[in-house]
Amino acid sequence: METGTSRVKRGMAEMQKGGVIMDVMNAEQAKIAEAAGATAVMALERVPSDIRAAGGVARMADPTIVEEVMKVVSIPVMAKSRIGHYVEAKVLESLGVDYLDESEVLTPADEVFHIDKHEFTVPFVCGAKDLGEALRRIGEGASMIRTKGEPGTGNIVEAVRHMRFINSQIRKVTNMSKDELYAEAKNLGVSYDLLVGVHEAGSLPVVNFAAGGIATPSDAALMMYLGADGVFVGSGIFKSDSPEKFARAIVEATTHYDDYKLIAEVSKNLGAPMKGIEISKLAPSERMQDRGW
Amino acid sequence: MKIGVLALQGAVAEHLRSLQLAGAEAISIKRTEQLEEIDGLVIPGGESTTIGKLMRKYGFIEAIQQFSEQGKPLFGTCAGLIVLSERIAGQDQPHLSLMDMTVSRNAFGRQRESFETDLDVVGIDEPIRAVFIRAPLIQEVGEQVQVLSTYQDEIVTARQGHLLACSFHPELTDDYRLHQYFADMVQEHIANQ
Repeated sequence: METGTSRVKRGMAEMQKGGVIMDVMNAEQAKIAEAAGATAVMALERVPSDIRAAGGVARMADPTIVEEVMKVVSIPVMAKSRIGHYVEAKVLESLGVDYLDESEVLTPADEVFHIDKHEFTVPFVCGAKDLGEALRRIGEGASMIRTKGEPGTGNIVEAVRHMRFINSQIRKVTNMSKDELYAEAKNLGVSYDLLVGVHEAGSLPVVNFAAGGIATPSDAALMMYLGADGVFVGSGIFKSDSPEKFARAIVEATTHYDDYKLIAEVSKNLGAPMKGIEISKLAPSERMQDRGW
Repeated sequence: MKIGVLALQGAVAEHLRSLQLAGAEAISIKRTEQLEEIDGLVIPGGESTTIGKLMRKYGFIEAIQQFSEQGKPLFGTCAGLIVLSERIAGQDQPHLSLMDMTVSRNAFGRQRESFETDLDVVGIDEPIRAVFIRAPLIQEVGEQVQVLSTYQDEIVTARQGHLLACSFHPELTDDYRLHQYFADMVQEHIANQ
């Protein structure tokens, strides 16, 4: 009997496919998310849009919040550690969290090194905006990838850019000859073996979800159309007018992303989605996607 | 022989691949009308609360119960096993209520307790590599249910006539012998018609 194997960690992410993972800040929101059909919840002290508004250093959530959420739902509970913050990750693992997000939404703790994720029993998800970043994270032991997008903006444009870019890079790598792959591994700053794996499979070796700016059922369906395996919704649900309706509608639109009549139906009378932010209005220091390397 | 995989949420692609390796034509099922096209159905792993909720929403509960009444084989893995069972220990309403057994969700613990191991299964010669992810187990079974495998004295694979269920994820390995076992059940059903 073996725990924490790559198959067990990656397999856990496979079970999330076609699903919606929702950010929650307390037990009550976690129950709403579960009842709406979320496949997992991300327990946080503040959702990304509040982190933006508050400024300052964003850290791991108070363990009380994580435990409170774990107590009330039967679906998996995820939590975020800062990039490179080994101890926050270990603390969250000790609480029994089911998945860790080494996340650019929090203020990075290390500007050079990400966490060595291989030595953990708990699996990790990490953000990426291109194939190189995705494979570097997988090389460090990430068992699931998500687009970075631009968290807390309610603006889908960056998630679309990242998903399209990663998939176009995968298509390019798939068509490369062996000698080109050596040079491409160097260009991307990734392991040659991982790149050959992508070349042979025509996909990443782990699931790739969309995250960072999803605010409506149509946003979720768009990301599925672009090839996402599932979606994370951060501020989009609990910063909308009616979280329960938005949560249910986003779950249905993710399952039936190519059934436009159904998406029209579930999009009726939802009330206002979260207020969005135009990306060009963000100062460079406010761009969370530029954190991580 | 055409086998469907319920594609509301979860590990659908892996099941399609394993079924194809077992020699079946395999398709995703998203709408109840599609059940008419197939001879057997797999309910995959995923989150049972999500899958159950979407099944209810789109009329799959009654549709799959009717499918089963015709003797067409069903195979539930992990969340699919929970969805097939008549009783879920300590909580919610059951979903399809087809197999006479009581299941316990997340019975081995949280993700850090998830594991893989070699497992003997009745009807399959060599042990199979079984991947258990936040897996359920079968606490008790009725007289009509045959136990096909146990792990540490707990029931993890069972069959009741045309219904097959396991706690683990045979679709996550390249070993498709359990899918072959199910495909044989489907083939037998077709032959008997």
